[in-house]
Amino acid sequence: MRNAFAAAITELAAADDRVVLLSGDIGNRLFDTYRDRCPDRFYNCGVAEANMTGMAAGLALSGLRPFTYTITPFATTRVIEQIRVDICYHDVPVVIVGTGSGLSYASLGPTHHSCEDVGILRCFPNLTVLCPADSAEVRPAIEAALKLPGPAYIRLGKKGEPTIHDTPPAFEVGKGIVMQDGRDVCLLGMGTMTSVALQAAKELEARGLSSRVVSMHTVKPLDEALLADAFRRFRAVAVVEEHSVIGGLGSAVAEWLARRDGPHPPLVACGTPDAFISEAGSQAWMRARCGLTGPAVAAAVLARLGAAR
Amino acid sequence: MTNVADLAAIAARLRGRVIEMSHAAETPHLGSSLSCTELLVATYWGPLRIDPKHPLDPNRDRFILSKGHAATALYATLAERGFFDPALLETYDTDGGALPEHPGLQCVPGVEAATGSLGHGLPIALGMALAARIQKRPSRQYVLMSDGECEEGSVWEAAMFAPAQKLDSLVVMIDYNKWQATGRSDEIMALAPLAEKWRAFGWDAVEVDGHDMAAVLAAISREPDGSGRPRVIVAHTVKGKGVSFMEDDNNWHYRIPTADEVRKARVELGLPEVPA
Repeated sequence: MRNAFAAAITELAAADDRVVLLSGDIGNRLFDTYRDRCPDRFYNCGVAEANMTGMAAGLALSGLRPFTYTITPFATTRVIEQIRVDICYHDVPVVIVGTGSGLSYASLGPTHHSCEDVGILRCFPNLTVLCPADSAEVRPAIEAALKLPGPAYIRLGKKGEPTIHDTPPAFEVGKGIVMQDGRDVCLLGMGTMTSVALQAAKELEARGLSSRVVSMHTVKPLDEALLADAFRRFRAVAVVEEHSVIGGLGSAVAEWLARRDGPHPPLVACGTPDAFISEAGSQAWMRARCGLTGPAVAAAVLARLGAAR
Repeated sequence: MTNVADLAAIAARLRGRVIEMSHAAETPHLGSSLSCTELLVATYWGPLRIDPKHPLDPNRDRFILSKGHAATALYATLAERGFFDPALLETYDTDGGALPEHPGLQCVPGVEAATGSLGHGLPIALGMALAARIQKRPSRQYVLMSDGECEEGSVWEAAMFAPAQKLDSLVVMIDYNKWQATGRSDEIMALAPLAEKWRAFGWDAVEVDGHDMAAVLAAISREPDGSGRPRVIVAHTVKGKGVSFMEDDNNWHYRIPTADEVRKARVELGLPEVPA
């Protein structure tokens, strides 16, 4: 996904002279083409994310469209104060891009994990929160963010994520993309976990249950029409996210649900636990440990359906 | 207008306003607003290229009050400089009013950034300096910080970045009144030697008496020397300046002046008596 980001931002910067890229000393060679084409609109801001984020606000206050880019915890939770005050309170069109989100950098340890970013950032007024599902959603997500009047956060994976779209999808902020339709269960994937949701759908299919699978690329604002339809139509709705079960998409859906009247089918929340994962290990190993695999998600859904019966 | 005597008269008027606002709204930070008055006046009536009739002109210079707790001084300055009707100052800190205790972005014309949380103004100004360079605009950026604010790490991140990019359109002023909320700023953190710190970070640092209007004007008006170094003025000031019973008494970080104290202060400032 980071290569897709680099390719997209390079083209968009060449086409739009308001685009400025601020990098927190990562992406070695990744932005060489960008720097060749727009040398006056790329800044390596060093290992100084607070300054980078504040500068982005200053650039935006002057009419430019800055992007900040670094590893997710350093682009987000390290500089929460600057995001809240400089970007969100000023309501300026800065795009914060976090790369290596969730457990993408599993082996680097909890300092490099980000399983709290969405939960914290979606509290802030004015901020749009986008979690593209694969490389094909990256460019339209950036283009959509560039059209917003206010700030956006884009949560990216790392590289080598499965591609779930054969062609560039129609991408609209606040509108989930239905990847496949079904009758029994609705699986809402946040970001790169949409591919896991698709695997879970296959597992459920083998058990005789058909699933709608959605790429919920926008966590804020929530696609409330899609949620209303899902909770009306399906026997269970599951959220699958590489993010803590506290604060992420599952929480956002639960908050929305709690404000509605009447009975509703069960909400199955699949995410990372309220714990730091400090053992060494790969992303695949950690996902498995957290129950974030196709079979594990399918089993969680079946367990809730069994309990609800 | 760069007649020093005229500017001193403006500074006295602003101090009177600030003291009245603190009294009327019962808001703190009076000492902090009184120590930076000359810095504001020298900037707004000196080199700052702004037009109150066109407060959003993209080519304008930018002033950021990074020490947002001195908001009364900024509001009084902007009103005096013609950005808005001074009658609006009477609504300071009233329910639903436009003038909170810390300034919001464009809460009134002329407020270029929302401040109040320390250590934010300089990075924002750096972004504006980069923008001016990218957009080939002549803008300069003036930032007023407090000494206590220099304890924030983000200040030093910015201090390291600006010289690397040769952002010499920046003029930073530090209101070095030697106090912060609860104690001496040189004792709570190893702030001194402050000018040497900035020099070591690659800045063109000068020290001035922050109440010597001519010296402040000269320091902030000097053109960049071609070295690319941004400029910082370490202004030695007195918290509560201008009122004998407030000067260098840190109780006035939080204390609210009584009506009698407002009267006494006005006398000391050489201002006409306010009708009771």
